[in-house]
Amino acid sequence: MNRDKINKFFDKLPTHVIILFTMAVWIIPTVGLLITSLRPPQAVGNTGWWTVLSPPPGAAPYSQYCASCHGADGATLPEADLSNPELVGQYPRSLQLLAALRQDINGQPHMGDIPLPSAQEAADIAVYLRQLSEIDASSQFTFNNYIDALVGYRGRSTYTADCAAGTQPPDINCNTSDLLNPRGMGRAFLNSLILTIPATILPILFAAFAGYAFAWLDFKGRFVLFALLVGLQVVPLQMTLVPISRFYAQVGLNGTFLGVWLFHTGFGMPYAIYLMRNFLGTLPRDLFESAYLDGASHWTAFRQLVIPLAMPAIASLGIFQFLWVWNDLLVALVFLGGTTPVMTYQISNMVTSLGSGWQVLTAAAFLSMLLPMIVFFSLQRYFVRGMLAGAVKG
Amino acid sequence: MATPQDVSKSVKPAEVGARIRPVKTSTSPQVPQIMKQGRLAPWLYLLPALVVMSFFIVYPMINTISLSFSNRNGTASAATTCQEGRPCWGIFENYRYALTAEFNTSSPQALWRSFWSSSYGNTIKWIIVMVGGTVSIGLGFAVLADRVKYEALAKAVLFMPMAISFVGAGVIWKFVYDYGTQQTQIGLLNAIITSLGGRPVAWLSTTPINTFMIIIVGIWIWSGFCMTILAAALKSVPDEIIEAARVDGATEWTVFWRIMVPIILPTITVVVTTMVINVLKLFDLVYVMTGGNYQTDVIANRMYTEMYKNFNVGRGTAVAVILVLAIIPFIYYNVRRFLAQEEMR
Repeated sequence: MNRDKINKFFDKLPTHVIILFTMAVWIIPTVGLLITSLRPPQAVGNTGWWTVLSPPPGAAPYSQYCASCHGADGATLPEADLSNPELVGQYPRSLQLLAALRQDINGQPHMGDIPLPSAQEAADIAVYLRQLSEIDASSQFTFNNYIDALVGYRGRSTYTADCAAGTQPPDINCNTSDLLNPRGMGRAFLNSLILTIPATILPILFAAFAGYAFAWLDFKGRFVLFALLVGLQVVPLQMTLVPISRFYAQVGLNGTFLGVWLFHTGFGMPYAIYLMRNFLGTLPRDLFESAYLDGASHWTAFRQLVIPLAMPAIASLGIFQFLWVWNDLLVALVFLGGTTPVMTYQISNMVTSLGSGWQVLTAAAFLSMLLPMIVFFSLQRYFVRGMLAGAVKG
Repeated sequence: MATPQDVSKSVKPAEVGARIRPVKTSTSPQVPQIMKQGRLAPWLYLLPALVVMSFFIVYPMINTISLSFSNRNGTASAATTCQEGRPCWGIFENYRYALTAEFNTSSPQALWRSFWSSSYGNTIKWIIVMVGGTVSIGLGFAVLADRVKYEALAKAVLFMPMAISFVGAGVIWKFVYDYGTQQTQIGLLNAIITSLGGRPVAWLSTTPINTFMIIIVGIWIWSGFCMTILAAALKSVPDEIIEAARVDGATEWTVFWRIMVPIILPTITVVVTTMVINVLKLFDLVYVMTGGNYQTDVIANRMYTEMYKNFNVGRGTAVAVILVLAIIPFIYYNVRRFLAQEEMR
């Protein structure tokens, strides 16, 4: 019995290895993004995110060259207190540090019998001392990147530090109005929300009407029209952009939410109707028959029967359209651009112009993923169902 | 519907009843007689959808085609942009540009090389590698995850990137591919390579590997999609058949290739065509990761570049029309599949 179990385990071992390896490849890049977004800028630029849990590179040379006299916390010698920021501030780099180590102290060599550290080690020690004396943030994690990303801070320090010192850039006010700074993710989040909600509701509403007509009403050309719709599902966005943006430019809809709502509605329509019609078509016809026998009109049947019963389809359609609009870049880029930046636009702008470091970029990217992730994982069931029902959208 | 259920059980009980019923007064047997309505009513329900669709899909398509024969502002015929002493295709001048501008025709070798670094060659690379990658990873993972206890978790992990935008995924992987000029590499991939004693590589600006590095991101995003659909199809494969084959001494490998794959082949075809369409339209990843530079351009990004960076309406729309021409076979296939399904209803 026991041997059976062991055999079974070894039989399955390759399966486990492959699955766990694939899972690791899938999840590690995202973990790297999350960790990086929580690290202070100096740390992001100097070490990989996977080193967060290992001691800083200066710790080993420090304990090798310095700790025997200065102590592990640097405060053993009161006349040379390495935890004092004023003292450490005089040795910002390996150059000054090595010069000090070469000098004699009270006629004795500074280092005694211990050899001088190499240039690289001295540099690591210098960085380590700055953390020890708390000139640089010694903590491994910070939320400053998220604050910087939200308010669109592009200075050399951090938003909180600059505001405390009163040296903020001219586009920062250091109050809650910064959340609406057009360069920030806070404003972009709001824009994305304003864009996405109507662009999700409108197509579902129209599709529910049309889906009902296709499923339960009889009219000439019903079949041909629906077949045409199936074909329209795969028309690429690129095919329709140019005439619409030219038209919008003429009527002044460029850069307005209304224009993008309508565009997403039109473009999401074929898939939405397809899904709706297929779902509504599976409802039992006795239900409708008895409703009509009771004297219900089509409109009553639609409002009181179809809409409540179609909730599962509406949910999967809603999450589809939500993710599609929220994550879309091309439409936002063409119709909204920089005047009303949404999150995807803001991030793509940060990437291509490389105006900010990785720490802010990763924080911004994570902010943009937050809401879709929540929606996605709480409604995953509906998403999968919708996907299986009509695998063609994108 | 692309569900495997459609494939395995074509007729649902409810519809069997509908079939035996002798009444056939309307064009569709589904609509009960009592629900007959005025002529106008259906069109009222269809009106909003038809209006937005004709305005945002049908009209622009026609307009795009006509614009593709015009000059850079859409004001005159494309033939007027021809230059003396240069090849010219008259009214098809934008198509000449779109089809040939990226190619070096001085010698067959140069043509071959320039083809594979053009947006067309890259799009073909994308289709082959990404569709092959997503479908095989999706299928393999679906088969293997079926055998472990943490199946749901494993599938959720593979599926997670579907919630992330292409832009977000671009940032995630650009960081993985980061190439530092200094000693420490903060990009994961280069850190692994240097720790193994290799030399760091500038993944996104070294041709021709850069295209494949972006394709990997695409595979990362879309494998979960393929996996989910294929897993649902696999679940519909009857257990008895598989058990019978195992009893007869078939290896797992044989069971997979000789039983599972043939049974779910229709679903695999659906997934493959869907993926090809997705790849053809894919724009965001290339735009964010390289902007189409370093010979990573694809057709969809080239359309954007011509239209919104070079502001050439004629050329931009010509590229868009070429993109649609590439997709037309799939539109045809989609409609035919739909018609076949309707037959079975």
